[in-house]
Amino acid sequence: MSEAVPKIAQIPDLVNLFPNKVQLDTRPGYQGYIVGREHLLDVVRQLRDEYGYDYLSSVTGVDYLPEGKMEVVYHLYKTLGGPALVLKVQTPREEPRVPSLVPLFRGAEFQEREAWDLLGIRFEGHPDLRRILMWEGFAGFPLRKDWREPYFEEEAKPFKSRWPEGFVFRAEDRNPFGDNVQYPPGFDPETWTSPDDEAVYRALKRIGEDDDFHTDTLVVNLGPQHPSTHGVFRMVVSLSEETILDLKPIMGYLHRNHEKIGERNTFLQNMPFTDRLDYLCSMSNNFGYALAVEKLMGIKPPERAEYIRVMMAELTRFLNHIFAIGFLLNDLGAYFTPALYAIEERELILDVFEAVSGSRMMCNYFRFGGVARDVSADILAKVRRLVYDRLPRKVDEMDEFLTHNEIVRERCEGVGVLTAEQAIANSASGPVLRASGVPYDVRRAEPYSIYDRLEFDVAVRYHGDIYDRYLIRLDEMRQSLRILQQVLRDIPDGPIMTGKPQYQVRVPPGEAYGRVEGPKGELGFYVVSNGKPNPWRYHVRAPSFINLTSLADMAIGHKVADVVAILGSIDIVLGEVDR
Amino acid sequence: MSEKEITEMTTPGYEIPPELRHQVTITTLERIYNWGRANSLWPMMFGLACCAIEMIATAASRYDLARFGMEVMRPSPRQSDVLIVSGTVTKKMVPQIVRLYNQMAEPRYVIAMGACASGGGPFKEGYNVVSGIDKFIPVDVYIPGCPPTPQALLNGLIALQKKIERQSLRDLPWYQKGAAEPIPIPVLGPDLMDPRKYALIREVTRRQATQAQEGEVSNE
Repeated sequence: MSEAVPKIAQIPDLVNLFPNKVQLDTRPGYQGYIVGREHLLDVVRQLRDEYGYDYLSSVTGVDYLPEGKMEVVYHLYKTLGGPALVLKVQTPREEPRVPSLVPLFRGAEFQEREAWDLLGIRFEGHPDLRRILMWEGFAGFPLRKDWREPYFEEEAKPFKSRWPEGFVFRAEDRNPFGDNVQYPPGFDPETWTSPDDEAVYRALKRIGEDDDFHTDTLVVNLGPQHPSTHGVFRMVVSLSEETILDLKPIMGYLHRNHEKIGERNTFLQNMPFTDRLDYLCSMSNNFGYALAVEKLMGIKPPERAEYIRVMMAELTRFLNHIFAIGFLLNDLGAYFTPALYAIEERELILDVFEAVSGSRMMCNYFRFGGVARDVSADILAKVRRLVYDRLPRKVDEMDEFLTHNEIVRERCEGVGVLTAEQAIANSASGPVLRASGVPYDVRRAEPYSIYDRLEFDVAVRYHGDIYDRYLIRLDEMRQSLRILQQVLRDIPDGPIMTGKPQYQVRVPPGEAYGRVEGPKGELGFYVVSNGKPNPWRYHVRAPSFINLTSLADMAIGHKVADVVAILGSIDIVLGEVDR
Repeated sequence: MSEKEITEMTTPGYEIPPELRHQVTITTLERIYNWGRANSLWPMMFGLACCAIEMIATAASRYDLARFGMEVMRPSPRQSDVLIVSGTVTKKMVPQIVRLYNQMAEPRYVIAMGACASGGGPFKEGYNVVSGIDKFIPVDVYIPGCPPTPQALLNGLIALQKKIERQSLRDLPWYQKGAAEPIPIPVLGPDLMDPRKYALIREVTRRQATQAQEGEVSNE
C-alpha cells in the first residue's frame, strides 16, 4: 500500500529539510515534529510558501505539568487536501513564550488569544494579545493543570463522593464564600478598579484628527443582549456616519469551561458535553469526538454503525442549514416567516433524533466504536419519506421564494465579500470558505467514515458575499439529500458496536486530532491521553469561533445595518464560539 | 377558567336582574386584573444558550406560544413582563442579566428555564458559571430539563399564569408605596463580586491571608 499513497498525501521529511531546527516527535502515540522556538516562523513560512501548507487549522496549548513544559500544537493542512502536518513548539512552564503566527496566518489570532487567556502562553508579536473568553482582570489561567476552580473536588472523575460512596453534598457548602467564587488572599473588593473595556475602545480605528472636516467617530456596542446576534455575542464597531471603520468581536459571554470540565471527565462522560457545543448539531459534534478517541484507541465501528453515523450527520447538516437560512432572512428583516418554515422542517428531523436517541436536541448518540442504539425499520421508513419526498420539495420551495427575491438580492449581493486568499489566511472553514471559491471539504480532502465511497459534489461558489453564502447552503442541502439517498439504499444489517458497550474505555497514551466537516465548518477535537481514564488535554477547534476572524474583513466599509446580515451569513452558534 | 369559576362569576351572590343574567358578570377587581395580566404576558426576546433554541421552537408553529397570549416577544426590557433565562448564566454575562432585570418595568416575572439557569446544571463545576440565576434575581418558576422540551416550557408558563391569578394586589411589592430598590449589579474582579457580599468577601480573604502567613511562619 505504501507506494499507492498519492504524492499529495505524503508528508515532507522535515528532519532532512530543516536540519538542527526540527526533530521528530518520538513519544509513543505522538506524531509530527518538534520545532525549535526560534525557528518556528522560518519553518512555517517555508512550509507555507514552498510546500503548499497554506491552511492553519488549529493552534492550541498543552500543559505538561510533570515535565515542567508547555507545548503549543499546530495542525497545518494543504487546501488541496491531504493529512495534517503537526508541528509542536515547547517552552518552559515558568515563563511560556512562543512566537506568534499571526503575521503568517491571521487565522491564528483568536486561537492564540485563547491559549494566552486559558493557559498563559505569551505569543510574541501578536498584535492584540488580550483575554478573549474570560474578562481582563480575572485571576489565573484556568486550563493550567495546577489551577483549581472554586468548586474543585478532585483531580479526576468519578469523584469519590459520588461513587462508590454515594454521598453527595452541595458544592456551595464547601466554599467559604458559599458561591462559585474565589479571591486572592487578602483581597479587598472595595479597592478594585476594573480595567473594563478600555483596551477594546482604544484599539479601534478612528477617523484621523487632521481631517479638514471635523467629525467624530461614533462607537456602538451591539450585544450581548441584541436580537440579531444569535445569542450572547458582542460587537464593538466604530462608525464614520453609518460606515464601519473598524469592528472588534467580543465573546466569552457563554464560556462554559468545556475544556476544563472535559479534562476532569472520563472519556465517555465528555460525549454528552459535546452535544452542548454547537447545540443545533449535536450529532456532528458527537461524530468528531468519537473519531478522535477512536483514532487513539485504534478501533473502527462496524459497517451499519458507519452508515447510521453518516445518516445522522447529514440530517444534522440539513437541519442546520435550513435553520441558518431561516434566521439569515430574519436578520434581513423578513421577520420570522421564513424561519417558521425552516423550523417546521427541523421539527420533523428532530422527531427522528428523538426516536433514535431519546432526546430532541442533546442526542448523546455516538459511542466509541459505534452508536448507542440501533435504528428500527420504522424510523428508516420515516427518514426515507422525508428524504425522498418532503425535504427536496422544501428546498425547492425555499429556493423559489427566496433566491430571486428582490430585497434578498439587493441586500446580499456584493455585501460582506471575503476573497479566497483572505478566507484561507483567516482559517475560515465550511460554507464560509467554500462560498469564497475554495473547494475544501474535509469529507473529500481527508475522507473519514464512509464518505470516500459516497457520491456527492463539493459545493462551491465564487463571489464570497452574503448571497453566495446563502446559495451554498442550498447547494449543500441538496448534496446532503443525495448522500442520504445513497445511505438509505445501501445501509447493511449487522451489529452497531465493535466489542461490548463499556462505561470506562481504555485509551492508550498518545494524541489524536479527529476532525469532521460539521455544518458550520471544520470541527476538530484534539485529545491527549496519558493512559488514565481521563483525557490529559481536550481541545475543541470550533468552526464558528475561527470563522469569526473574518467578520471584521467582511464588515469594514459597509453600513452598520449590514453587519447584522453579515453575521447571520457566517452562521455562528455561541455554544461553540465560547465553549 | 374552570367550570367552578364560571359558575362563581355568573352567580356571584348579588342580585342580577333576570334580563341581564349571562350577559353581565360581577367579579372582584383583583380577579379581572390578574386574569388580564396573566393572559397577556410578553416575554423578553433574550436567549442565552441551548434552551433558547427550544424557546424559539416553542414560539414556532408546532407548539405556538401565541395560544397563551405570549407571542409578542419584545427585544427591549422596558416593554416586557417575563424574563425567560434560557441557558447557562456565566459570570461574564450575569452583570448584563441583572441590569436587564432592573430595566424591566414592574410587574415583572422571571422564569429559570432549564438546569443551568436553575442551578448551574451540567456546567455547575465550571469556573465561569453561576450556580443558578436565583443567586442574583428572584425567580418565579423553575423548569427542569436539559433543555426542557417545548411542552415543559409551556407547562412552566401555565404555572406562572396560575401563580399570577392567585396573587393579591394588596401585598404585591410593586403596588406598594415608594420605588423599588434596584438589584446591585455584580462586578467582574479577580472573580465575580456581588456588592451585597463585600463584607463577607473581605472577612474571608483576610482570614485566608493570616492563615497563609501563619503557615509560612510555621514552615520556617
